[in-house]
Amino acid sequence: MTPELKGLLLVSAIKVLLVFVALLVGVLVVIWVERRGAGFMQDRLGPNRVGPLGLLQNVADGLKNLVKEEVVPARADRVIFYLAPLMSFVTALILFAVIPFGAPLPPFDVTLPLLGRVVHEGPIPLMVADLPVGFLFIIAISSVAVYGITLAGWASNSKYSLLGGLRASAQMISYELALGSSLIVVLLLAGNVMLSEIVAAQQRMVWFVFAATLAYLMLHIAAFAETNRLPFDLPEAEAELVAGYHAEYSAMKYAMFPLSEYVALITMSAFITTLFFGGWDIPFTAWDEQAAATWSLGAVLRTSMTALVFLGKTFFFVWVFVWVRWTLPRFRYDQLMFLGWKVLLPTALAYIVVMATAVLVLERWGIAQDWKYGLILFLVNVPLVAAVVFGLDRRRVLAGTQRRVPMEG
Amino acid sequence: MAIRVKVMRRPEREVSYLRATLKGMAVTFSHLLQPKVTMQYPEETAQEGFWHLSSRWRGTHRMLTDEQGRAKCVACGLCPQICPANCIKLVPGEDEDGHRYPLIYEIDEFRCVFCGYCQEVCPEEAIHVGVHYENAEYQRERFVYDLERLCAQTHPVSTLWDPSDPRGE
Repeated sequence: MTPELKGLLLVSAIKVLLVFVALLVGVLVVIWVERRGAGFMQDRLGPNRVGPLGLLQNVADGLKNLVKEEVVPARADRVIFYLAPLMSFVTALILFAVIPFGAPLPPFDVTLPLLGRVVHEGPIPLMVADLPVGFLFIIAISSVAVYGITLAGWASNSKYSLLGGLRASAQMISYELALGSSLIVVLLLAGNVMLSEIVAAQQRMVWFVFAATLAYLMLHIAAFAETNRLPFDLPEAEAELVAGYHAEYSAMKYAMFPLSEYVALITMSAFITTLFFGGWDIPFTAWDEQAAATWSLGAVLRTSMTALVFLGKTFFFVWVFVWVRWTLPRFRYDQLMFLGWKVLLPTALAYIVVMATAVLVLERWGIAQDWKYGLILFLVNVPLVAAVVFGLDRRRVLAGTQRRVPMEG
Repeated sequence: MAIRVKVMRRPEREVSYLRATLKGMAVTFSHLLQPKVTMQYPEETAQEGFWHLSSRWRGTHRMLTDEQGRAKCVACGLCPQICPANCIKLVPGEDEDGHRYPLIYEIDEFRCVFCGYCQEVCPEEAIHVGVHYENAEYQRERFVYDLERLCAQTHPVSTLWDPSDPRGE
């Protein structure tokens, strides 16, 4: 083995381990946040008994799920029944591989005991795989996630599960379209599909949430549907379908589904952060953007600060997901389809046309891609967002939410 | 006869959930910061502090005693007579002075429906339902309270509902 190959393998192994552990710990924390947050929003305390502040409650629940009895329904398709939870868990985990979570570390050339000389040329990107197709990879794998849910519903040999699975496939496919087409604008702005390049483009210009506000709003709505969370949790719909696609699952096989849901939640938040909120970029400063050539305290500090900022941004979006979940009721199925096909998709397509024109015009005028470029795009976005909000709203309120008028006399 | 299908008119065009959503988010966020109503049960109980049981609460029974520590019961037999659940077992006895007293007085708290009739009917104000709720035991037999146990209870007794003062003022 050459020192370069050894270096690559070593770095990759460390990064994989880091991301894997961080995600699993993150899931525990997120579930804790969700349950305590739900409690606090409902004027109660939530789980606070196991461990400090109830932080170990999920560990206890995980242990419980590990030792519980596994039940396989009669005449279930056993192979797929066992495979389905794995499919949704693995696809949720694998998505994080292409998300950059910090500034690159400097290259190294050291001799380690046992391993010998280990070399890594060029800066070490803080992502498991800096794929040249990073963005497309996420779109592709997140549509594979629907298989886990649909197959789980189908293999259970239960009508409720099957209905849940069917809903999941219909919902996720229709929102996949809106999600994918709203993100084309990001590609137009960044001119690249590598997520590290998208982050770099945002450091050059402004965060894309300002340059492509409408795309961000549409991605956020589609993300609720993609992660099967309220207000779009129709595949689960516990009021109508018992528990939807995982009604027949028990013990750890069941736990895989919530686990993958929360991993997907973290990944979606990280994805939104990366695409629209500058990824690991620290706003208003430039010192985090200069790549360090040699190892120093500054380089390590820079990377850890950016990673912390990334964590904070991601956590904010996780919190928004939790907040929305405990606020909104579930959509009716026709409302869901209406929003996906008749609102989001046409809006996204029209938005692509407008933004492509804007980008083309800016290119013609020869405006450099710096903060002025972003500002102009922001000014283009403001009327668009206002128009969409006006079109959706127009001072109309859902029937039944008006304040009740007290009766006369 | 033709089948009549009722078509639900779903609101589609007049619907906007934008404002309702934002309003809802504001409501949930404000509740996030409000004081919580959870009782931290083993540490806090309803006897003290913010929570209290109603004085009309009807829990497990208590037999009141006189100054000599004897049960006030005169074994008149009214409480087993009125008990709708038939959970009171009373065997009356009489001492040499002609005073009646219970030889056996047992209440099966599993059968009891906690109606409080026994307390209402008692002419001596001896048997009472109590303001009390922590009754866990390891054996079913332990839920048959005998006279000694009923006399040893210390929790406050119920005031029951007074028809002349329906709001307890």
